[in-house]
Amino acid sequence: MSDIPSELRFARSHEWFKQLPDGLAEIGISDHAQHALGDLVFVELPEIGRTLGAGESCAVVESVKAASDVYAPVAGTVVAVNDQLRHTPELINRDPYGGGWLLRLRPEVPGAESALMSASEYGVLAAQG
Amino acid sequence: MSLSMREQLIFQYSRAGRGARAQWPPVASADAPAVPEALRRRQRPLLPEASELDVVRHYTRLSQLNFSIDTHFYPLGSCTMKYNPKACNAAALLPQFAGRHPLASVSHGQGFLACMFELQEMLKAVTGMRAVALSPLAGAHGEFAGVAMIRAYHRARGDLERNEIIVPQAAHGTNPATASMCGCIAREVAVGPDGDVDLAALRAAVGARTAGIMLTNPSTLGVFERRIEEVARIVHDGGGLLYYDGANLNAILGKVRPGDMAFDAIHMNLHKTFSTPHGGGGPGAGAVGVSARLMPFLPLPIVAREDGAQYRWLGERDLPQSIGRLASFAGNAGVLLRAYVYMRMLGREGMQRVGEYATLNANYLSAQLQQLGFDAAYPRRRASHEFILTLKKQSQEYGVTAMDVAKRLLDLGFHAPTTYFPMLISECLLIEPTETESKQTLDAFVAAMAQILREAQQEPEQLQRAPHTLPVRRLDDVRAARELDLTYKGVAS
Amino acid sequence: MPFIPHTEQDVREMLAAIGAPSIEALFDEIPASLRVASLPDVPAGLSELEVMQLMSSRARQDGQPLCFIGAGAYEHHIPAAVWSTVTRGEFYSAYTPYQAEASQGTLQTIYEYQTMMASLTGMEVSNASLYDGATAVAEAVLMAVRANRRSKSARILIPRNLHPHYRAVALASAGNQGVKFEELPYERGSGHTAIESLAPFAGQDFTALVIAQPNFFGVFEEVDALTDFAHAHGALVIAVVNPTSLALLKPPGQWGQKGANIVVGEGQPFGCPLSAGGPYFGFMCTRMEHVRQMPGRIVGRTLDLDGRPGFTLTLQAREQHIRRAKATSNICTNQGLLMMAGTIYLSLMGAEGLERVAALSMTRTEQLARALTAIAGVRRVFARANFHEIVLALDRPVAPVLAALSARGIEGGLDLSEYFPELGCALLLCATETKTTADIDTYARALSEVLRAARAA
Repeated sequence: MSDIPSELRFARSHEWFKQLPDGLAEIGISDHAQHALGDLVFVELPEIGRTLGAGESCAVVESVKAASDVYAPVAGTVVAVNDQLRHTPELINRDPYGGGWLLRLRPEVPGAESALMSASEYGVLAAQG
Repeated sequence: MSLSMREQLIFQYSRAGRGARAQWPPVASADAPAVPEALRRRQRPLLPEASELDVVRHYTRLSQLNFSIDTHFYPLGSCTMKYNPKACNAAALLPQFAGRHPLASVSHGQGFLACMFELQEMLKAVTGMRAVALSPLAGAHGEFAGVAMIRAYHRARGDLERNEIIVPQAAHGTNPATASMCGCIAREVAVGPDGDVDLAALRAAVGARTAGIMLTNPSTLGVFERRIEEVARIVHDGGGLLYYDGANLNAILGKVRPGDMAFDAIHMNLHKTFSTPHGGGGPGAGAVGVSARLMPFLPLPIVAREDGAQYRWLGERDLPQSIGRLASFAGNAGVLLRAYVYMRMLGREGMQRVGEYATLNANYLSAQLQQLGFDAAYPRRRASHEFILTLKKQSQEYGVTAMDVAKRLLDLGFHAPTTYFPMLISECLLIEPTETESKQTLDAFVAAMAQILREAQQEPEQLQRAPHTLPVRRLDDVRAARELDLTYKGVAS
Repeated sequence: MPFIPHTEQDVREMLAAIGAPSIEALFDEIPASLRVASLPDVPAGLSELEVMQLMSSRARQDGQPLCFIGAGAYEHHIPAAVWSTVTRGEFYSAYTPYQAEASQGTLQTIYEYQTMMASLTGMEVSNASLYDGATAVAEAVLMAVRANRRSKSARILIPRNLHPHYRAVALASAGNQGVKFEELPYERGSGHTAIESLAPFAGQDFTALVIAQPNFFGVFEEVDALTDFAHAHGALVIAVVNPTSLALLKPPGQWGQKGANIVVGEGQPFGCPLSAGGPYFGFMCTRMEHVRQMPGRIVGRTLDLDGRPGFTLTLQAREQHIRRAKATSNICTNQGLLMMAGTIYLSLMGAEGLERVAALSMTRTEQLARALTAIAGVRRVFARANFHEIVLALDRPVAPVLAALSARGIEGGLDLSEYFPELGCALLLCATETKTTADIDTYARALSEVLRAARAA
């Protein structure tokens, strides 16, 4: 499994949160999650402009084995989605922390990510399987 | 079984103007009523233009690409792949039964209705329930009816708070879905190391919001829920009802009755326990049985017998609190007739033998496979009609998975057992031989598993790349889901 | 022992291998208080000879009346090749095709079925079938609630002239999930759903409109106008269609400007015997944009390890997801054997054969209507074009007339007075290609006598 980038924050439900320079946040799913799902075959992404509550289901990732909801780690408004995933969902498997990002949002409350886990705390959770 | 011939699609037989003309009515006369202009179809649908021989040959060849009970031992756990007696089909297809319209008059349907009534009565007798309804069209449909009745019962008592259905961890995926369909929330309870429901966890879960519990017994782990009477007490004392998923009824048929275990609602899978054909995916029939307190809520219609042995259908006026109609008509009558004939041929002693010999076969197979070195998930427990092997050790030592073993069994002429269910046990095979298989067949299966174990140790690629000898090799599931090809595009819509 | 092959020696050897003294010992984990000694209420077993004698006797008792009832189950000629093929053991006794390599026969048949149904309905994709027409409508309603993101109301407009059993099943199935049904009236003179009846819903949020074509009365609907109205209001269109009629009618994929969104119906007319109401099969077709909301199994074509084409069940993960979604479905089967009968039927009939069945059925129904309305006291109820069913009214209660006809070996139709009391003494009749002109004469003569006798009484 790839190393967990230390600047990311994590939700217990295996989503990661990355602070972007312009106050936006990028959201994706962890390497642990993509591994558990297996080869991804389809990703359903939210509409741009949609407002999300913290913990609200905002996307679905589907493999041959399972279809899983992705939950927004913090409340915010969707400003961009990763269109490449429509044709190449396997990007999430190959590069879950980089090219496999799912969406970008403008957080409702700046700093809300402090309630999330740190990379090392998540590492412990993921290791427990 | 045909091995190397690839069979093309039926559409590829088409030639313009060709057809099975012996089957076509004459062309409509000139004064036939016309469809209004605005509603008329302009372009023919693309259906095959093939001769009758083409069609027969094509589908016959396709049939030869299948495994089936009639050709192969099919030890699929939880599916009860027992022999389907041909007399059942012959009786159901008698022209008077096959040609009966569902809404035809009851006065000229007493023969058919007698069969349905007696089927209800026999199912009551073998399950110990007070009343039976035959209309649910499949196991999952019967489950829906069961939970809907439980919900209706609480509502009728004015208890609107009860919207939780307790489900053991190892339950089949339809159970929580069914709860949801009935506007309930599924609440999981843990299962202990020996396969029984964790009573402490159950006590904690039961409360004022409990509508009921859904259980299979023997459970999906292949073992009998030994403290079922205690489980029933806990749930009933808490005000909830008990629902029995009849998927594993074959294990206890004639030996134990769900009604005696205090279940309030049960569904039976007639296509499992009562040997109606699986048909490559259906039709099933999910008859439901109830205790006295749920009788008012049964789905309609049901057959009743008036004095003088006249049969009639009960309707809304007779059962005003019914959960309603669940199917277009009275259920899968053709399937019900097959189950009826099967039960008449077995009779009372035959039913008991089903449970006895299904259990004998499972315990024998389990013992023989453990002798070879396979690990049973619950080695200290009696097998019911099925048992679980875990291949965790083999997967760690040799890098072969339950899937690999399953695929290699196909090469050796056996359909694979159920794999990866229940999800609680890793790398598992759920094996159910059924009572209709002989010791010789079971021994041949054991020999095949012995060969597979040797191959796992010495040449694991034989397993990992299996099957080798079937019409197709292992198929790319990921590609199937990523690049959806769901209709033949040689035909335009 | 019927269907149990064990000899005494087999049992001895097996018990020895297990290490148990008897078969009863294998049940020793089960509390003694729960064990049943015998089943006195179950009759003793019968041999095959005896059970066939019993069944034949009961079948003879019921006989084979001349049947003029439709109402969702239609008598059509089923070519002999259909059931001789479908009852082959390799199809009949096969399981669900989870082990794809061992099930290519079943899987390829399903793929061919999906192709035929998608083409017939004018849609892009079909599933592998559902239980029956009524449950297919219920599933379509749940699917529309899942698929229509813009609508929050879960309100479904459902016409009064839809098959009453289909409405009942939709209510029983979807009622516990917050779905609300609004009934649309039909026009009394024509029997169809007038576009004006939708006017009260203009400007409101509704999730889907159900359109039956033909409707329960056999009458044709104005599908284009109804479809466009629904779409203009952000609602999805659920088409409920008779599959034989699709040989002659514009398919739902071409209704209105954008076509229906979900198409369902009863597949029984394709190769399935009437069989007292089942087993049948429901069909469901949709567009690719909704494929992930569609319940039931789907087969896809893919490649194997050697690059050769093969078939497999696909999109199975979404079935699990639908099980957890808002508007849940728990269905996990398809009507395999019946769907297969349907596929073989369609392969034999082709488009031409199906057109002739549809056209001849319409002709026979019209002949029947003319013959019967020539009798005093019998009249047509609706003045609008119909498919192969028609509603007639009598000048007296229908039930005794049907009973008298039944005593003469004729099932004359369906009494509508329980379902549609507003129509008075009305019945729904159907004549398919299986009815000859002589059959129609037989009915006309019998009805004439029955009514004359009733008048004299």
